[in-house]
Amino acid sequence: MSEATMTAPASGGRPKVSKISEAVIRIAGNSQDGIQAIGGFLARLAGRSEQEVMTSYEDHIKSLRKGGIVLFDSDHVQPKPEWQQEYRHLGVAISSMTVEAIGGTGKDKGKNMFVLGLVAKMFDLNVPKLEKLIGERFGGKDESILNNALTAFHAGYSHSLDNVLETFRFVEGQKRAGHQVVMTGNEALGYGLIAAGVRFGAGYPITPWSDIMELLRRELPKYGGTFVQCEDEIASISMALGASYAGRVAVTGSSGPGISLKTEALGYAVMAELPLVVIDVQRGGPSTGMPTSVEQSDLNIACFGGHGDSPRVVLAPANVEDCFYTAIEAVNIARKYSVPVVILTDQAIATRIEACEEPNLEKVCQDISPDLTPIADFKPYDLSASDGLTHHAPPGKRIASGKYPVVTGLEHDEMGHPTGSPKLHLAMNAKRRNKLRKLASELPVPQVYGPPEGNVLLVGWGSNQGPIREAVDRARAAGDSVSSLHIRYINPLPPGLENIFSGFNRVFVVELNDEGIYGYGQLAGLLRARYCDAKIQGINKTDGLTFKVKEILEQTRARLAAAKAQPATA
Amino acid sequence: MSSPVTDIPVRGGNITAVPPLPDSERKPLTKKEMSADHPTWCPGCGDFSVLALYFKLIEKRKLWHEKITTIAGIGCSSRFPYFVQAHGVHYIHGRALPFASGVSLSRPDLHVFVFGGDGDAFSIGGNHFNHTARKNIKMTYVVMDNWVYGLTKKQTSPTSPPGFKSKTDTWGAVDQPINPMKQAIAAGATFVARTTHTNPNHVLQMMEAAMDHDGFGFIECLSECVEFYPGAFDSSNPRKGGAFNLVPETHDVTDEIAAYKLADEPFPGRFGIFYKADRPTKNKLEAGINAKAQEKVKGLKHWQILQQNFDRMK
Repeated sequence: MSEATMTAPASGGRPKVSKISEAVIRIAGNSQDGIQAIGGFLARLAGRSEQEVMTSYEDHIKSLRKGGIVLFDSDHVQPKPEWQQEYRHLGVAISSMTVEAIGGTGKDKGKNMFVLGLVAKMFDLNVPKLEKLIGERFGGKDESILNNALTAFHAGYSHSLDNVLETFRFVEGQKRAGHQVVMTGNEALGYGLIAAGVRFGAGYPITPWSDIMELLRRELPKYGGTFVQCEDEIASISMALGASYAGRVAVTGSSGPGISLKTEALGYAVMAELPLVVIDVQRGGPSTGMPTSVEQSDLNIACFGGHGDSPRVVLAPANVEDCFYTAIEAVNIARKYSVPVVILTDQAIATRIEACEEPNLEKVCQDISPDLTPIADFKPYDLSASDGLTHHAPPGKRIASGKYPVVTGLEHDEMGHPTGSPKLHLAMNAKRRNKLRKLASELPVPQVYGPPEGNVLLVGWGSNQGPIREAVDRARAAGDSVSSLHIRYINPLPPGLENIFSGFNRVFVVELNDEGIYGYGQLAGLLRARYCDAKIQGINKTDGLTFKVKEILEQTRARLAAAKAQPATA
Repeated sequence: MSSPVTDIPVRGGNITAVPPLPDSERKPLTKKEMSADHPTWCPGCGDFSVLALYFKLIEKRKLWHEKITTIAGIGCSSRFPYFVQAHGVHYIHGRALPFASGVSLSRPDLHVFVFGGDGDAFSIGGNHFNHTARKNIKMTYVVMDNWVYGLTKKQTSPTSPPGFKSKTDTWGAVDQPINPMKQAIAAGATFVARTTHTNPNHVLQMMEAAMDHDGFGFIECLSECVEFYPGAFDSSNPRKGGAFNLVPETHDVTDEIAAYKLADEPFPGRFGIFYKADRPTKNKLEAGINAKAQEKVKGLKHWQILQQNFDRMK
């Protein structure tokens, strides 16, 4: 999302009203101040926002453009003199005025509602709609809580803005076709899994994955399904695998540290050819890292984590809406190819609230109940299967021949019985690998954003799609030859990338992970290994925040300048 | 945004359907029909007798191949599923219980049997044992306890008694061993029994009782490792001059404290059911939650239930 284009303040008198199409509102405060709630209200009102949790404005003031407005609580904050010159500071006694309005002390709740009122006034927001949202949020509680919230909101709204030099009015956005629904990425994933027919899941709480397990725990019983909170991450993936084996694809998920713990069982799913969906809501790593910050540094563990050769599928949704469809796609790929599928999302998509077109649920929802019709004979790992794909016969299915399959993590023969045969290990490794090659051949070739040929191609994945596309728009508007490519299928990679890359002089892979020892990030590493192309380079950062358009453009220019000084041999 | 969604896959070309066979036309399975691979165990291993009695249980109770699932982790005894002609799973080390829980909770039509050893149950899988027990997930769990790591050739196990000389304690084990009975009772298991492979009738009796128990049925079955811990259980075997003492008839199986005391008796201790509680299974509790939730969406198709959520997000 771009920063607002604001005009200079009018000279004296009444505040000037500027028409704007977009605004970046950053909210900082202490823990328990209800910062996320303000963001939530604004997002629900606007139908779109990105949220980052911040606890100190000092660390983030640099993200404000010169001349931007800092609205601060003058009861508690003393702005630095040098900042007062760069930004327009506007002190309001938020704490004491909230106390004045609703009583209590400055430590009590209500300040966030007061601020919401101030912001609503400043941006001329739709008050009845906000009141309705506040009513929905606090309606179920004690009546006095709702009354206090509304009183604080109106106190903020009616606070005299005489000393504000400028207020803003949003120009009407284009009405989008169809019904819009507003949700977070984690919600979209959870509901997508339900639409896909998933009726069993197991997990262990960890930020920022927990929302998904909470949602499934709450919703699945309506469909006769169950979500189990397990004793640990290993039990979670094991229980989900048990349910998958029992006949219906199940889900588990976590964030970085939990994914590390799950990798042995993930390898089992590959070996045993059991379908499974594993969600990884990436956060800052390694180790406990930065639990509430965004990072895209789990690509390697998602694709390659675990011992032995264990090919699995990795998908990365680009935005909230994509989360919904990726969940369905993951379930169907897992079923078709008898393989675990990792959905690599991240903290930014997980908590971001976006409006998206309402899916046609009647059409999209599917039933994946197990088929228990008796069968004549069965080999769980049939090497002669014409398409190379085999599917398990779930327990409960009678096999007339009386020969029953064993599902196993030991290298096995076609019936699932252990073998040390070199020939069979080769054949089974090939079976597990070739089905992913088959999947790769069936994937759609990704579309280039912008002209298909030019100087620079920015390659991105996951939540970077938005800022990268905006960087392309701005660069092109400035006359630079820049296009972008978004990769949803991380493993296996989609076909046609070689052709796309050949149309550009430079390929910069923009990722929220470290540039590593050799100067490029995790997807870039994968692409370089795959295409042996030295023009693939990295644009990386790990500050725990999403990419800003400005950062992508600056780094692109810096790379080009460095390349000019030392031309590429390609 | 339109996103490519793979169509629901048409399932395997490697499957041919046959008409169902009414139960009335089926005969109880014979041992021959139940056995699969020849066991890889050493001659004389106690596990043979547990396998034989599992077959006997299936025959006696007229269980069908497809209605039971045999699940195990890693270890000598955990090879079990390969030897049984039924749907089976050989899972990873220590995690058989959560895997089995996934099957049990999603398939009320099946009976889940889990087999394993003391390393799987009490060491690497120790935490799963506690939680599966407390959650009272319906299944039958038989631990073949041999007091030693056999598959990896004689290392100290969590049940090895102090002084046992293994390759990892050449001077004799020093760590306090786990008492499986106490562990199970303390964890909240609702059926806790102890038996030994040298008394086949008793093993079968315990297996039947565990199977009939509506909940997590746990049996510790002493099973001698003739290769790495020969003679470990001689003092419990009358044929070797030992004593096979049953749980006293006066013992109240619902008395947790009494069961705990019974478990504290020095080896060879007692054999039989130590503890049995009538507590609802997780299976039943979850079904209750579901019934309540489904009452509110009665008559709606699944997409219509989901539509209600989407309507609230507009």
